[in-house]
Amino acid sequence: MNNSGDNSLLKNILFGVVVLTGMLAVGYVLIRPESLPQPQSFAPASEARLSIEQVAAKVDAAIEEELADLRTPLTTTPYRADDLTVARRLTLSLAGTLPSVEEIRQLEQIDPGHRTHWFVSRLLEDRRTSYHLAERFARAYVGVDEGPFLVYRRERFVEWLNDQIFHNRPYDDLAREILTGDGLWTDDPSVNFYTAVIDEETGKPDPIRLAGRTSRAFLGMRIDCLQCHDDFLGTMELGSDEDPRDGEQVDFHMLAAFFSDVQNSLAGIKTGVESDYEYELLGDDEATIIEASPPLYEDLMGEEPDLRSRLANWVTHEDNRPFVRATINRVWAIMFNKPLVEPVDNISIVGPWPEAMEVLCDDFIDSDFDLHRLIRVIAATEAFHRSSEAPFDVTDKHTEYLAVFPLTRLRPDQVAGAIVQSTSLSTVDSTSNIVTRLTSFGQQNDFVTRYGDAGEDEFADRGETVTQRLLMFNGDMIRERLDNGLNSPARTAGLSPDMKSAVEVTFLATLSRAPDQIELQHFMRQYEGLGRSERSTKIVDLYWGLINSTEFGWNR
Amino acid sequence: MKKYDYACGSLEHFSRRNLLKLAGLSGLSWLTPLGTLLARQDEANPAAQAKSVIIIWLEGAPSHLETFDPKPGTEIAAGSLARDTTVAGIQLGDGFERLAEQMEHVSLIRGLTSKEGDHNRAIYNIKTGFRPDPTLVHPAIGSVICHQLNTAEDQLVDIPRHISILPGQQPGRGGYLGDSYDAFKMFDPQNPVPDVTAHVSDARVDQRLEDLNVLNRRFLDRHSNNRSVDGRIGTHNLDAAVDMMSSEQLSAFDVSSVPLEERMQFGDTPFGRGCLTALRLIERGVRCVEVTLDGWDTHVNNHELQAGRIDILDPAIASLIKELKARDLLESTLVLCGGEFGRTPWLNAAGGRDHWPHGFSLAIAGGGIQGGRVIGETTSTPARESKDRSNEVVDSHPVEDVHATVFKALGIRWRKELDTPVGRPMRICEGQSIDELF
Repeated sequence: MNNSGDNSLLKNILFGVVVLTGMLAVGYVLIRPESLPQPQSFAPASEARLSIEQVAAKVDAAIEEELADLRTPLTTTPYRADDLTVARRLTLSLAGTLPSVEEIRQLEQIDPGHRTHWFVSRLLEDRRTSYHLAERFARAYVGVDEGPFLVYRRERFVEWLNDQIFHNRPYDDLAREILTGDGLWTDDPSVNFYTAVIDEETGKPDPIRLAGRTSRAFLGMRIDCLQCHDDFLGTMELGSDEDPRDGEQVDFHMLAAFFSDVQNSLAGIKTGVESDYEYELLGDDEATIIEASPPLYEDLMGEEPDLRSRLANWVTHEDNRPFVRATINRVWAIMFNKPLVEPVDNISIVGPWPEAMEVLCDDFIDSDFDLHRLIRVIAATEAFHRSSEAPFDVTDKHTEYLAVFPLTRLRPDQVAGAIVQSTSLSTVDSTSNIVTRLTSFGQQNDFVTRYGDAGEDEFADRGETVTQRLLMFNGDMIRERLDNGLNSPARTAGLSPDMKSAVEVTFLATLSRAPDQIELQHFMRQYEGLGRSERSTKIVDLYWGLINSTEFGWNR
Repeated sequence: MKKYDYACGSLEHFSRRNLLKLAGLSGLSWLTPLGTLLARQDEANPAAQAKSVIIIWLEGAPSHLETFDPKPGTEIAAGSLARDTTVAGIQLGDGFERLAEQMEHVSLIRGLTSKEGDHNRAIYNIKTGFRPDPTLVHPAIGSVICHQLNTAEDQLVDIPRHISILPGQQPGRGGYLGDSYDAFKMFDPQNPVPDVTAHVSDARVDQRLEDLNVLNRRFLDRHSNNRSVDGRIGTHNLDAAVDMMSSEQLSAFDVSSVPLEERMQFGDTPFGRGCLTALRLIERGVRCVEVTLDGWDTHVNNHELQAGRIDILDPAIASLIKELKARDLLESTLVLCGGEFGRTPWLNAAGGRDHWPHGFSLAIAGGGIQGGRVIGETTSTPARESKDRSNEVVDSHPVEDVHATVFKALGIRWRKELDTPVGRPMRICEGQSIDELF
């Protein structure tokens, strides 16, 4: 009994030890910190990335705050643009053309609360958009000139950009590849950034032109004047926003020095043997060796051995705010046909900056330089949805402060794209047949050549010329588009059940809106008692009038 | 949004106007002799002889050694010959048989220099007088002329006053003066003037314009309270376009009405017809006509290709000068002929000449310029390798000096500063006039 009692006690003790050990083990597992890897996408609610709508609301709040500072604050609420007007703005800004009647009909089927989001999504998945945006960015990176023969392939460069933007490559990554690219201009198209500026005498990319391009395209700063002289009036500040200093001639050349060892050969662009950058500064008797160094925020520079990698990592450093502002300002300009800060590539490093820009900068960095998201945010703002018409007298200040959507003249490429699309009932895009695409492409190129390409400075305000007006009146492209029996004028006239429907479709195709009563009455009076053959002529004339109208040529 | 624009405004752009502004003198300066002197700088000189300019633009860069600066018998001539002209001591390239007869009216600038050896950049340089500046587009010479000379007589001209015939890579642009100063572009004058003819009946044109008026009025009504677009949104160009479509002056473009014999004097080529049209346009009061002859970029087979171009150029330019003289227009019309740079003194392995901006030539005639003069001289023995070629040209002139010379001939105060959209005042021209030509 005692033995059995001892055994039982021993068993109980052993059991207790086992249970205690087990509990301790479980407890350890339960309470030990970092027992499992943290999920990558998790963030506490207070730190989670804001939704697109939340960021857009912050942008609008910033704009409202500045509006409230106006000497004559608004006493009347601005009008809101209707969905078709917003769709027109989006298509012009992102795809460089108008929404087709087909797209408008489809948009009308979408829940009204989701239309902008739906339409932006459609456009971002459309090659027209990535190509159009690629061309806008290419103008900043390589300009519009034909450039050096054989070694410069601008079309390849634009196509490459098109792919990057279509697949939404993080913008900082894209910028790094442009600045550090090696290889042949055909196989590695990003290097056309370098071959565009090859100096005929040296056979090398010109460091001075590269410095100018880099500062304007990636830093949003026009420091080209410093190439030849210091800035004596203190209007070109470098250094940092907290400790600005006047720009000096040497600043420009220190930036140029980053490109001193870029070589070009039959194998393409590559980093060659390190060579000194020499320049004779104003007032000096001889050239001096200038070391590569960034003109601002030097503390952000790393120690990469390769000069271009060092430059690229510095340019795209998330704390290098000028890089972010330059991108925000350019995308805003694309969306509104007008930048937040003018000109698009000259933003002070000491400010003041529009608060809306700063909000967008923060979100762009938080989203890992997501261009598509940036576009979605801007499209979601109330500012983008404001009408260009207003219940109050609109002054320059109201336009600057975005109390109304700014009225801007369409760029030549937008006019050409709008003419092609408005004269086709179906959407002219990458799914159109090859003949349609080739014909449209050729017609648009010829048109822009004669109309006058806006060049690199395409967001600057430009006036219309008599030559442009004559081209719109009597030019080949409009005549061919209107007279072609397969295009919308003939089809609208032939397929519409009555002239009222035909007029409405024509207005939708050209102005993305229905005619108002006065317009409808004016045209319907002419069409009373017309025979079938006369209808076609009248619809062609209606198209001509609408395409030539002031409203057609402006983003509203 | 607040206005966030930042201009350069550095010392290089520190202008007389800015100085006056800064010193608070702009209001008082007019009371002083200094003020009077400064004010005179801003007036065009009405006594100037030249009223118009014709630019014979040789795109691609002609070889100065085969055109206006031949060096027969030297190594760098590489076998090319020269021809005597009616002015003793002045020779032209061998192909200029007819221009040689007009030499008493023509002078040559043989020591031009440029810092640009790339076509695009050099064309910009010589057409504007400035090197390319990515932050600003400078106006072409014709745009400046139209901007600066706008008299009552100009108001009578319905057709564009700045015209580019057979436009090349960079037809004259208004640049910072505005697109309205861009050259009107037209092609071979044997074809109709582009875009001035409606393709429908007059009745349909009238109805279209009436409809257009209704549409425009509706849009303007809806934005009538938008003062931020005042002056930018309107229909004045529409009216000007309609006026031009019905202008009698359009007949100047129609060279088919010119007797065949006269036309053939200029050569039966688009360029020849272009020069004839330029003459007729100048008669109608047009200020600047540019006629392009391209194909001069002879990296291979230089001698033969240059000769082919000269065959087209010679009758046209000679007839132009001769006819201007015959019609008493030469004294009021300045004629310039040249390209963006010259070509290397040595033939390359393909028998071509490459780019040479270190000393090249331009011909100039009329508009008060004395004929039969040669300004500058290039060496016959340039060094094969040299970083500094300044000693290889005597009396050299940068291309902006040609601009200053043209502006002087036209009475335009070229040192005057104009406002630019980027907020920095810019001199019309930074060059010095070549006074030995007057």
